[in-house]
Amino acid sequence: MPIIRVEHLVKRFNGVTAVNDINFEVEEGTIFGFLGPNGAGKTTTINILCTLLSPTSGRTFIAGHDCQRESSDVRKAIGIVFQDTTLDKDLTAYENLIFHAYLYAVPKREIKGRVDDVLKFVDLYERRNDLVKKFSGGMKRKLEVARGLIHRPRVLFLDEPTLGLDPQSRTNLWEFITELPEKHNVTIFMTTHYMEEAEVCDSIAVIDNGKIISVGTPEELKKTVGGDVVSLTTMDNEQAKEEIENSFNLNVSEKDGVLYMTCSKGDTCIPEIIRTLGEKVVSVRIERPTLNDVFLKLTGKTIREEETASEDTIRESIRAYRRRHQ
Amino acid sequence: MLMEFNAVYVIVAREFKKFVRERSRLFSAIARPLLWLFIVGAGMSRLVPRDTGVPYTQFIFPGIIGMTILFSSMFSSISIIWDKEFGFMKEILVAPVSRLSIVVGKALSGTIVSTIQALIILAFFPVIGFKLGFLQIIAVTFICASVSFCISAFGIVLASFYESYESFSVIMNFIIMPMFFLSGAMYPVKFLPAVLRLVAKLNPLTYGIDVMKHAIFPHETGSMGPDFSIMRSVLVIILASAAFVLIAGKAFERKG
Repeated sequence: MPIIRVEHLVKRFNGVTAVNDINFEVEEGTIFGFLGPNGAGKTTTINILCTLLSPTSGRTFIAGHDCQRESSDVRKAIGIVFQDTTLDKDLTAYENLIFHAYLYAVPKREIKGRVDDVLKFVDLYERRNDLVKKFSGGMKRKLEVARGLIHRPRVLFLDEPTLGLDPQSRTNLWEFITELPEKHNVTIFMTTHYMEEAEVCDSIAVIDNGKIISVGTPEELKKTVGGDVVSLTTMDNEQAKEEIENSFNLNVSEKDGVLYMTCSKGDTCIPEIIRTLGEKVVSVRIERPTLNDVFLKLTGKTIREEETASEDTIRESIRAYRRRHQ
Repeated sequence: MLMEFNAVYVIVAREFKKFVRERSRLFSAIARPLLWLFIVGAGMSRLVPRDTGVPYTQFIFPGIIGMTILFSSMFSSISIIWDKEFGFMKEILVAPVSRLSIVVGKALSGTIVSTIQALIILAFFPVIGFKLGFLQIIAVTFICASVSFCISAFGIVLASFYESYESFSVIMNFIIMPMFFLSGAMYPVKFLPAVLRLVAKLNPLTYGIDVMKHAIFPHETGSMGPDFSIMRSVLVIILASAAFVLIAGKAFERKG
């Protein structure tokens, strides 16, 4: 049985359709990626799944519980890391986690052990008594992931977990996220608009304008683009082109002295081509399609990768300004 | 049930921890009522005839305690708007606890913090010439806690309708200040013009201060004495508290 099931989910805000009749399932123990540009409906879907928002129509289930009717059971079964931080910056890392443990009724004698464990897991044990406001963006995000694990949820939601982080903390966070399903026996549901991050997912749903336009493993999705692009330079391009077209039934194009062809399986295709052409081959290159190509093919546009982090920074500083001048 | 109790406990514990940590907040919270008591009170007392029964600085004492409660309870509850803006509210809202527990937890946080502040002000009673008995002090403590709970719950109702902190000055100028001025704190409600008197009667703080007057100068029945019967005031506070908690609980159940 899938751990998350979404059926005909629709959400409209004052006539604007944010989520338009989507359906999908997530298998237990996997990493599921919700991929799409900003404003595609990812966060809205998460908010409905984690019981913060009511859908206009359709049903959603987590661990067999209806997110609308059995919200308390659903809340117990999930952990969430929202896009914007939801830590109390005036408390220490340790206090934030203790707060969470009480809120989720973790048995008293287990609280300290579990809090220490997750702190060690995210490498923040040494900093546990520091106020959260002294933490960097990456540390805060890790602390939030740690917090989301304390009550041992079956599903952990990560909404754009690496937004606004520097490349190093991003890689760091990913390494650690990919370990979660096995180490903590949890299913990961994440949203992202960074293509390269979606590569770690076991399956991906591509969403655009509130509609799911494709679902599959990263490999499957890439296959829809049509395979790998093999580029070749030879001693005699014209003759090579003819030979390849005759023996492999491939469409070969020539540009700037390089031959290009698309094969469904580049790695087995190349040896065969070389065998046929013999010593004429000078160089070979293979390019695998990226999820960017997938998105481009599905929607006719590239994913809008504008850095919303800078917006966030501005918003934060406006808030800080207001706080000082209240 | 244990779960709900845990939630209430930890919400209160968080607030209390922050209260203890930010001592400067406590000092400014105490400074305001003292300024009113010793400066405004001293100035105004020259305008008030001396033969009205209770001297003016003593008359405003229950009102100044009420003011302390009003400001600290409201500020404590309005911190919910901060929590919304800075995201922490989401952490509470996705937790498997009933919305009513969240409201009760928040209201009790405000209660504890503002009762402490009110008691610090109460400790000034000998300075303005009062002689309060032990039982009176116990009674006032109890009243302070009940009124704090009521005003905190009212603040939560307000906070549930506001999403951003811009609304803070609106609440300050159009709700907190009028609530203070129309509460019988600085002048008896019975002296107010009819329209204002009506507004004062809709103000829960009016009844809180009234009960406090009953407790602090129980034998004063003249114009400077309490405006309502003790039964009526106590009843209003209890009913208003219950209503505010339920309304706030409902308001938190709302989803987009």
